[in-house]
Amino acid sequence: MSLLAAEPKHAQADPPRLKLPKPEPTKSEGRRHPAFGLAYIILADPLNVVAFALLAVILLMALIGPYVVPYDPLHSSALEALQPPSAKHWFGTDDLGRDVFSRVVVAARLDLLMSVSAVALSFAAGSLIGTLAGYYGGWFDRISGRLIDTIMAFPLFVLAMGIVSAAGNTVANVVYATAIINLPFYARLVRAEVLVRREAGFVQAARLCGNPDWRILAFHIFPNALPPLMIQASLNMGWSIMNAAGLSFIGLGVQPPTAEWGILVAQGANFIVSGEWWVALFPGAVLMLAIFTFNLLGDVLRDLVDPLRRV
Amino acid sequence: MASRSIPSLVLRRLLQAVPALAGIIVVTFVLTRALPGDPAILFAGPTADEQTIAQVRKNLGLDQPLPVQFALYVKSLAHGDLGRSISTGQGVGEELIRRIPASLELTLVALFLSVSIAVPLGVMAATRPNSWVDHLCRVTVSSGVSLPPFFTGLAFIALFYVYLGWAPAPMGRLNMLYSTPPHVTGLYVLDAIFAGDPKTAKAALFQLLLPASTLALFTAAPIARMTRGAMLQILQSDFVRTARAAGLARRTVLWTYAFRNAMLPVITTFGMVFSFTLGANVLVEKVFSWPGLGSFAVDALVSSDYAAVQGFVLAMAVIFGLLNLVIDIVYTLVEPRLRIDA
Repeated sequence: MSLLAAEPKHAQADPPRLKLPKPEPTKSEGRRHPAFGLAYIILADPLNVVAFALLAVILLMALIGPYVVPYDPLHSSALEALQPPSAKHWFGTDDLGRDVFSRVVVAARLDLLMSVSAVALSFAAGSLIGTLAGYYGGWFDRISGRLIDTIMAFPLFVLAMGIVSAAGNTVANVVYATAIINLPFYARLVRAEVLVRREAGFVQAARLCGNPDWRILAFHIFPNALPPLMIQASLNMGWSIMNAAGLSFIGLGVQPPTAEWGILVAQGANFIVSGEWWVALFPGAVLMLAIFTFNLLGDVLRDLVDPLRRV
Repeated sequence: MASRSIPSLVLRRLLQAVPALAGIIVVTFVLTRALPGDPAILFAGPTADEQTIAQVRKNLGLDQPLPVQFALYVKSLAHGDLGRSISTGQGVGEELIRRIPASLELTLVALFLSVSIAVPLGVMAATRPNSWVDHLCRVTVSSGVSLPPFFTGLAFIALFYVYLGWAPAPMGRLNMLYSTPPHVTGLYVLDAIFAGDPKTAKAALFQLLLPASTLALFTAAPIARMTRGAMLQILQSDFVRTARAAGLARRTVLWTYAFRNAMLPVITTFGMVFSFTLGANVLVEKVFSWPGLGSFAVDALVSSDYAAVQGFVLAMAVIFGLLNLVIDIVYTLVEPRLRIDA
């Protein structure tokens, strides 16, 4: 809770509307280890427990998935084409007789890798741009602001389509495009957080002590922007996964036969009308669960860092 | 405090759209020309030799310095020329204009659906915190933002068309049994009603229901979340408490006092909602073989027709800009405080 002390805007915020269960936080809360707060918030809602369990499953899929799947995700067998789900093939098989379950599990690594790199890129670039723009203002602020407005002038998914199709149809470009369309949110957030602290007492004190600008920015101002940034990043993960999968769904980025959730759904889409629903719906459901997990985690994180913003 | 007239505010907002438009044009120009990959080679086709490529480069003005190319680009845009599609040889601009009504019809119905579900849901959730409506709202919000529209669309097809047989085949705007209604607005449902053909109107509407619901489900989440948040905040405010204490009817307090004020922040989130909608449009149109702008872009991608894709990106950005303009103008009309110069 001590993080809140540094947040001036909460001073005028409305009274908190906590939805936590009865046991009131004790007064010594401020001195407790942060892990207590985390456990408290996770256990407050059974849905949060589900979210963390799902996260563990997804991470396991990404880490050891390729080594434990029952079948080779690329192994096709004409004899077993389009088999419905069974004990042998949990999610059925696709038109080439490949095991859908194995393909869905193996795809987790690529999907996570794409979205984590996209989020990391926009996190880093957005923090840098936002910090400089907020601290120095002036021409850099104006130019970067204009640039960000221009990105926001496009429907974001459409801009990502345009970038990937212009820069070349590769996985790396899908990551860059996703990072670019996410950039404005990070840059604006950091700029606002830096701007309100630019002339704060602790910053002036640090300046008076002879700290150079970069040191003040890196060690005194920027850490204050981290809590909201972390929330943004985890909410952004779900959206990035959806975005990358959406681009693959329309044929951008990942190319078949690589297993990726969006591509798996796109391949299965051809068999929906003829009744072979499992080829598309299982990968789609797993994709949905992954996005749901990250959105839920973002909410948990927000409740932890910033209970006043719960709505 | 000087008061401002509405026309001057609208005019000022129109002027603010100019730099955004300039930015859009620069970005699409960069996307078409300056990035790796020589457009001349692309246009000349894979079998072209050096001379053909040089000729194409000259024809496209690609041998000129970049600023000149940019001027040419802006000039052709001013004439409504968005370049030619390699696969069909048709002008991209004409093709896009032909397809706008299909996308418009889908988007309008979807927005109507999502607003008419999300706003009442948000209001009810805010007035009864922690009731079942509130929980329903929370579930809708968190599942709505987690459902990739292409997955929801396919799940709807599997359920409502393949298994239940309630929905018509997900193949475009109108079943082949019906003839296209005479063109008035380009929106099939309206055109059929104008032509006095209720059967076709019904068929077109049924064809719309699944894709529009898919899109609506995706966009309802942010609207519901925002409505709930804004209503909660307003209901806690002093003027609502005063109105209640003065004994005003519950309905008057809720709708006249709280709702009208709560709608202001909701209107501003519509910019984001439109961004979502236009992006999701592409995916939904692809899933339902809807012959709109999005499926045009997807087809162009499949045939590596990148000029057509960039035309599409530009068109979407302009549409998005116009929608934002409309939102801001509506906001100016709804929000009296903006008319006072602070």
